[in-house]
Amino acid sequence: MLATMSVRDLFESLDYGPAPEAADAAHAYLERHDRRFGHAIDGLLEKIGRDTFETSDPATGATLAVCTQGSAEDVERAVRAARAALPAWRALPGHERARYLYALARQVQKHARLLAVLETLDNGKPIRETRDIDVPLVARHLYHHAGWASLMGREFPGTVGVGVCGQVIPWNFPLLMVAWKVAPALAAGCTVVLKPAEHTPLTALAFAELAITVGLPPGVLNVVTGDGRTGAALVEHPDLDKVAFTGSTEVGRVIRERTAGRGLALTLELGGKSPFIVFDDADLDAAVEGVVDAIWLNQGQVCCAGSALLLHEPIEQAFLRKLRARMETLRVGSPLDKTVDMGALVAPVQLERVERLVRAGIEEGAACHQPSWRVPARGLFYPPTLLTGVEPSMTVAREEIFGPVLVSMSFRTPDEAVEIANHSRYGLAASVWSESLALALDVAPRLQAGVVWINATNVFDAAAGFGGMKESGFGREGGREGMHAYLVDEVERALGPYPEGAQRPPAGPEAIGEASEAGDAPTDNTGSAVRGIDRTPKLYIGGKQVRPDGGTSYPVRGADGRRLGEAGWGSRKDIRDAVEAARKAGAWSRASGHARAQVMYFLAENLSADLERFVARLRDLTGAGEADARREVDLCVERLFCYAGYADKRGGAVQDVPQRAVALALNEPWGVVGVSAPDEAPLLAFVSLVAPLLALGNRVVATPSPRWPLAVTDLVQLIEASDVPAGALNVVTGERDALAKTLADHHEVACHWYVGSAEGSAEVERRSAGNLKFTWVNHGRRRDWFDPSQGEGEAFVRRALQVKNVWVPYGA
Amino acid sequence: MPPLATVAAHPVLPSGPLPRNPGAPLDLDWVGSLRVDRSAAERRAATLTTRRSVKGAAQAAWLLKAITLIDLTTLSGDDTPARVRRLCAKARAPVRRDLLTELGMDELSLSVAAVCVYQAMVGSAVAALAGSGVPVASVATAFPAGLTPLETRLAEIHAAVDAGAAEIDVVINRRFALAADWPALYDEVSAFREACRGAHLKVILATGELGTLRTVARASLVAMLAGADFVKTSTGKESVNATLPVSLTMARVVRDYAQRTGFAVGFKAAGGIRTAKEALAWMILMREELGRRWLESDLFRFGASGLLGDIERQLEHFVTGRYAALYAQPLA
Repeated sequence: MLATMSVRDLFESLDYGPAPEAADAAHAYLERHDRRFGHAIDGLLEKIGRDTFETSDPATGATLAVCTQGSAEDVERAVRAARAALPAWRALPGHERARYLYALARQVQKHARLLAVLETLDNGKPIRETRDIDVPLVARHLYHHAGWASLMGREFPGTVGVGVCGQVIPWNFPLLMVAWKVAPALAAGCTVVLKPAEHTPLTALAFAELAITVGLPPGVLNVVTGDGRTGAALVEHPDLDKVAFTGSTEVGRVIRERTAGRGLALTLELGGKSPFIVFDDADLDAAVEGVVDAIWLNQGQVCCAGSALLLHEPIEQAFLRKLRARMETLRVGSPLDKTVDMGALVAPVQLERVERLVRAGIEEGAACHQPSWRVPARGLFYPPTLLTGVEPSMTVAREEIFGPVLVSMSFRTPDEAVEIANHSRYGLAASVWSESLALALDVAPRLQAGVVWINATNVFDAAAGFGGMKESGFGREGGREGMHAYLVDEVERALGPYPEGAQRPPAGPEAIGEASEAGDAPTDNTGSAVRGIDRTPKLYIGGKQVRPDGGTSYPVRGADGRRLGEAGWGSRKDIRDAVEAARKAGAWSRASGHARAQVMYFLAENLSADLERFVARLRDLTGAGEADARREVDLCVERLFCYAGYADKRGGAVQDVPQRAVALALNEPWGVVGVSAPDEAPLLAFVSLVAPLLALGNRVVATPSPRWPLAVTDLVQLIEASDVPAGALNVVTGERDALAKTLADHHEVACHWYVGSAEGSAEVERRSAGNLKFTWVNHGRRRDWFDPSQGEGEAFVRRALQVKNVWVPYGA
Repeated sequence: MPPLATVAAHPVLPSGPLPRNPGAPLDLDWVGSLRVDRSAAERRAATLTTRRSVKGAAQAAWLLKAITLIDLTTLSGDDTPARVRRLCAKARAPVRRDLLTELGMDELSLSVAAVCVYQAMVGSAVAALAGSGVPVASVATAFPAGLTPLETRLAEIHAAVDAGAAEIDVVINRRFALAADWPALYDEVSAFREACRGAHLKVILATGELGTLRTVARASLVAMLAGADFVKTSTGKESVNATLPVSLTMARVVRDYAQRTGFAVGFKAAGGIRTAKEALAWMILMREELGRRWLESDLFRFGASGLLGDIERQLEHFVTGRYAALYAQPLA
């Protein structure tokens, strides 16, 4: 209609008129492929397969192309190709890999327009976003990782690419997710089988074609299309070394369960309900625009969308008035039109979901605000929507809507803002608006989110890692930490299994009379053979020595079978109490690194002063010779010193992003961490695991060696005397694998380190799916705790922390 | 919970001629509450023209409109009555008749919004524009630095008004803004307003010399409270003139002022706007942040000398499909 309007009419109305981006080149590209696509495996674009599915333009409903529904055999061929390509690719000098990534970046830039239009056609998001955000970020990611490939030897010494990676990506940023997954993998020397979403397979296939163009060796990058069944076949393929997934928390949880125990590296980037917090000293007009970028980018189909608006009470009404006025000027329509802010939702199922959740919100009492204009009747359009009068308990405040729907709540104080923001199972992103740096920088570290934007939102860069906390997943994409997600320490790779029978759990509490086997000389727990007053060590919870909830103990025997005493038989209730104590000990996480170092040094000092007692104890327990026992205690002191040293040296980094912003990579402790220690080196292994976690600010619930816990229960006395605050370290003795289950199940535990059997490792990984905690397990492989290259250092420090990226744009 | 009443996209103004902004008492709390986040302002400014685009017939229409928003300006030390007469001739007929015919705009008597000159040239301009309906704007108050005694500056305003200027473009004392001496700025602008009598007062903030967007916002508000009919970015003589982030900042204060007082104040972007593409960017800014009504010459102006020529070329391109030489358009 507007196309036929005269200059005269337009002179009066000053309407924008249509400004469509030409789609000819993209359609010509599809035509060149006959609009029929097979997989891209082993350097070949295959012919279309037997089972197919259509991919369509959500704005018009028109079918764009027919793609192949990947079968288990297709996945098999792709994984085999990736496996075959791995040795040569991994062995290639970093510089050579960098050249390929650089060439890919150049190709993306050369074909930027085609890729942007193709993405908009397939996904329905506005051309502005694919042209100005997605495609430039894709190129940026490839350039950045070309750099990491060149620098790998120097920047990541002692590591090697983890291997064959199965990667499953979503439909909301189809091409950008290809880059986020493929760039670090290729830089690290991994090979890839990638499964794009069935709604949006086209740009991933185009990318695979570019890879062929630049001569990427066959098998290094394979793309298999299909729906969730194809993804499941990929994730369950036995010959993978790593799985990387971006998508919903529900599917992420299933993937966590199905990959458990397979010795795989895993990163999950999942859902979110990200808070958008506006304080009364914010630039309100800027914050309103921020909301537009937060929830009306990509029709709100963004995992990190700022979908929960938290407004400081003094400005709540003024802000909502401004926001609603702004909603009136948004434009929804053909995503190829250069004058629209929002395009179409990706698929009918998404539209239904959004409609259903908005209805639920209204039924629960929220007021629904939408602009006075209507969205196009044809196509999968939904108007920008604001729900006010929302309480934190409502469905719409808790569930990820994944559409252009914003819920609004109010708060009174910064503390309350933080409390409401964190009261969520998710922890992906947050946005904080205040012109006071003091306020914003106070709030940002307290928000449980992998990314915090101050006076900005939905800003991304390859140099600043992206990823979540809590049920938003773990692992980072981008930055140094993103590279680690595709690397494995060579030391760790070389670890072998425990000898047969080394993992025998203790029998448990005895009945009366059972203790009188031959050779059970009664002893006390000082290790002295002289009988003293009976002293059964207790559990250590919340800074107190407490009896096990079950009230029972179990016998502890030395390596020679001699009964050395008893230890508390901890149960799931003791774990519960210990976690509760750890949860309350948040002050330890907020303490300065310097303060924590003082405590660690003090503990080392006390251990050193009591050296002889521990030497005697270890000799009794493990049967070690004098020299070995002495070495174990000495190494414990050394390790405590080591991590006291680290305590104030991992504050983080400033990332080099191409914006006028300080992008802070803050290293933060996980919070409450579970530790399941192994039997061997009962004191040293325990200290090696607990010290890095504690030093870097985690609160720990640890179960010591089940077989020989008495060295650790002795240590507890020193811990008590060393100013370790109550609840920062809790020790529960008992059977490792039983207690590990409770730890892995516990939703308050954010991270779990487990050293034990392969079965126990699998169990921990499987159970961690509940709250998607980060796990570090040994898969039944044995570490030599006496060897510093295996028993201490960066590998431990890195896993004791998670990175939060805080973006602080500035400007006078 | 029922939905709240509909919120208008932009300030709602009465139809017909707008009442002049009478000003209001200086409200230092309001002034102090203004905050501008520069990075966010720049981001919004940068995405205005990536979120909106004007092509084809719409672009031709917008550019014709842009012409009606221009204060065709000459502010040079070597201005002469003859030079001013030439400019005024162009102001009367800013676009070639044949182009207007092709655009179907024959019956439209298109002219620029005003001709803007030094006070000494007002008489020449008034004479040259007689009967055209194009008003003459005069800069005053020791343009561009504004650093002569107040009496001198007020006398300059009186002289310009007496010579027939319908609009007076004054410069503020930057030092008041830089020192946040808002009462002093308020008093001075109030005095300018009084001196203008019936003439409209445009207050030039010289934003390139104010240092921060926050100061720009606060100075804008003080000028409006003191009775400015327009707030204007620059003299064209500062090293940094009109920019989109500065204009965005000022437009948002204009919006808040309209919401709060009910009075519409105009905005003039001046200095450095030379291309049709830039003009469209500013028009998009006004349309998005303040609404369609702020694309009329009583509420929006471009202060420019070179802009018109580029717009004419773009119009010719639209009509003929060929890029035109600059000499094809009549000289200003």
